Amino acid sequence: MAAEREPPPLGDGKQADFEELEDGEDLFTSTVSTLESSPSSPEPASLPAEDLSTNSNGPKPAEIVLDDDREDLFAEATEEVSLDSPEREPILSPEPSPAITPITPTTLMAPRIESKSISAPVIFDRSRDEIEEEANGDVFDIEIGVSDPEKVGDGMNAYMAYRVTTKTSLSMFNKNEFSVKRRFSDFLGLHSKLATKYLHIGYIVPPAPEKSIVGMTKVKVGKEDSSSTEFVEKRRAALERYLQRTVKHPTLLQDPDLRQFLESSELPRAVNTQALSGAGILRMVNKAADAVNKMTIKMNESDAWFEEKQQQFENLDQQLRKLHASVEALVCHRKELSANTAAFAKSAAMLGNSEDHTALSRALSQLAEVEEKIDQLHQEQAFADFYVFSELLSDYIRLIAAVKGVFDHRMKCWQKWDDAQVTLQKKREAEAKMMLANKPDKIQQAKNEIREWEAKVQQGERDFEQISKTIRKEVGRFEKERVKDFKTVIIKYLESLVQTQQQLIKYWEAFLPEAKAIA
Amino acid sequence: MTTLTEIKLLPTLILLVSCEYLAIFKKTVAMHEVFLCRVAAHPILRKDLNFHVFLEYNQDLSVRGKNKKEKLEDFFKNMVKSADGVIVSGVKDVDDFFEHERTFLLEYHNRVKDASAKSDRMTRSHKSAADDYNRIGSSLYALGTQDSTEICKFYLKVSELFDKTRKIEARVSADEDLKLSDLLKYYLRESQAAKDLLYRRSRSLVDYENANKALDKARAKNKDVLQAETSQQVCCQKFEKISESAKQELIDFKTRRVAAFRKNLVELAELELKHAKGNLQLLQSCLAVLNGDI
Repeated sequence: MAAEREPPPLGDGKQADFEELEDGEDLFTSTVSTLESSPSSPEPASLPAEDLSTNSNGPKPAEIVLDDDREDLFAEATEEVSLDSPEREPILSPEPSPAITPITPTTLMAPRIESKSISAPVIFDRSRDEIEEEANGDVFDIEIGVSDPEKVGDGMNAYMAYRVTTKTSLSMFNKNEFSVKRRFSDFLGLHSKLATKYLHIGYIVPPAPEKSIVGMTKVKVGKEDSSSTEFVEKRRAALERYLQRTVKHPTLLQDPDLRQFLESSELPRAVNTQALSGAGILRMVNKAADAVNKMTIKMNESDAWFEEKQQQFENLDQQLRKLHASVEALVCHRKELSANTAAFAKSAAMLGNSEDHTALSRALSQLAEVEEKIDQLHQEQAFADFYVFSELLSDYIRLIAAVKGVFDHRMKCWQKWDDAQVTLQKKREAEAKMMLANKPDKIQQAKNEIREWEAKVQQGERDFEQISKTIRKEVGRFEKERVKDFKTVIIKYLESLVQTQQQLIKYWEAFLPEAKAIA
Repeated sequence: MTTLTEIKLLPTLILLVSCEYLAIFKKTVAMHEVFLCRVAAHPILRKDLNFHVFLEYNQDLSVRGKNKKEKLEDFFKNMVKSADGVIVSGVKDVDDFFEHERTFLLEYHNRVKDASAKSDRMTRSHKSAADDYNRIGSSLYALGTQDSTEICKFYLKVSELFDKTRKIEARVSADEDLKLSDLLKYYLRESQAAKDLLYRRSRSLVDYENANKALDKARAKNKDVLQAETSQQVCCQKFEKISESAKQELIDFKTRRVAAFRKNLVELAELELKHAKGNLQLLQSCLAVLNGDI
């Protein structure tokens, strides 16, 4: 029997848990300890491995695939645990509520430390090796830049082309440094492909920047004013952050569509991304249908972790929205302040001109100059307020929407499983009826159908467990990223505030003697 | 959970409201002080009985506000004055000093008006930004109390920073208002008063010239000459008296203006420096703590 392996349910996320366990103040402590106390809960470890080959559009049933990049180094650990755990009965009961337990931390701790020195017991691609090691060290040797927006074409058919530059030492790419030209719809197309492949199995796919009909029309029409340059810059920065987030994801980085996007000079145009296309309308209809469905699914959540996490994300979403609104207000007021300071500077200069006392006149002109410099300062600060702080918040608001989507997919998966069980039950009842009525040909058909639905139930259960595992891992990774991102951004933002104050001090220190010189 | 946060923030809110009140109070006191000092320094006004009563009477002064009739009178007076002012200003002045002053004051007054308005807008924007800091601070606080990861310490520290920095920004706005906006507003009214003085002098000049013409006419007709002569003499005296005091007042106006601008601009610069340094220190110490945490 081939070695069974599967990814540990709380891959990278568990690392964070360990740190937090030491602090003694983490939520996970309580979750984990309650689970530790229930050793008799069935473990999924003995199920035949699941995983998805990254090249297919969905999970392949009952195939031991070694494509997954996470499973390998922890294989030893999971095997140890699975050998000890009780054999699990395939669930065919009418109440599908598996208690999916994370593997207890104590068993994982020891092998975890060794994991970096273990040479992978399974043969797999060198590239995945590199990525895995780098993922453990949290260093991804790939840098993406989006630059040089250029208007291509004329009139309403015009569009902006951006240069996407990649610098990497990963061997899965043909070169170490290369760049291509892409337009906005190409980015949307990439996201659409990744979302179709990965969202429904539990991966948090970073959302692409939003479309803006007003903004784009201004650019197309050729308005060369500051608002359209601002729009283009905002979009360029957003596209860059989008790609950087996408390549940080170990699974997505391996996707051939992503590679093609980064490397190949010609890309087929993604027409389905247009809002008013047939595909666009279909998307809107599907979204509406999904929303209705969500309300009607009643899932027996046996795993408190998921419920807690969903609530946490809901709270986080609300708080981030509030903060984002306040920061946007700050950006607006700072821009106003900058404009008003500039107006005052001009006015003070005029006043200085009409003042007939020479020294005072000079001092007023100096004041006007100081205020002009300060207005520039305010403008730069507003710029930082926006690009550093505000945009991060709006990125995360959209990311959390993607996280919520992933949780919803899990519910749908559960629904599918549940439906399969209901159908199986019906088929069994039908068979029993046939037995009584003694119709041999119908009985055979009923037996076939039962076999068919038994398989579907098994698949449904596997899928559900798989998505649950993936989500746990993804959420762990997401939380780590979130903490890192916010720390970096907040510090960068505070540094921008420090710079502004230092400049202010310089300007006023230069003005003070001028004011004192008025005789 | 939200209500609890609000309750926790209540003492801060009360403090904020009282800070606002204090700022406005400070402003009003300053304005009154300037006004009284001016009156006290004026050679003639300082002797006024009303002024003495105001300063010395230690019980309540029952000052009656203007009733409707008086307000209407004021309104009409202003109308007449501006209409008359247009007519009177057409008269060219022989005296260079006054001619210069008139041109100067006209331009100066308009520019001070503009600067005062722009300064007001600027200080108001400053205040709005400070208010935003306040909201950001409380949002960060809410995030910090609800987050379960290590970022919560970050949030709480930065929330504290925003609260403190907000106070400084509010003071910057208040000080700018006091030292700059109020100064400009004051000189807006002063320059208007100076213009009014010039108008009164021009009025009396016109009266004097009219009296001269009347005297010539009377002498020609040899009728009511004495009356015309007395009238002309009175006008002449009035005109010379007002010219003399106006000249002095306008010179004083310039001296005072220069002194007031100097004082306020120096104080403004010193306060801006003090606040910027305070802000800088807050930011740097917060950054040190946050960087140490990473």
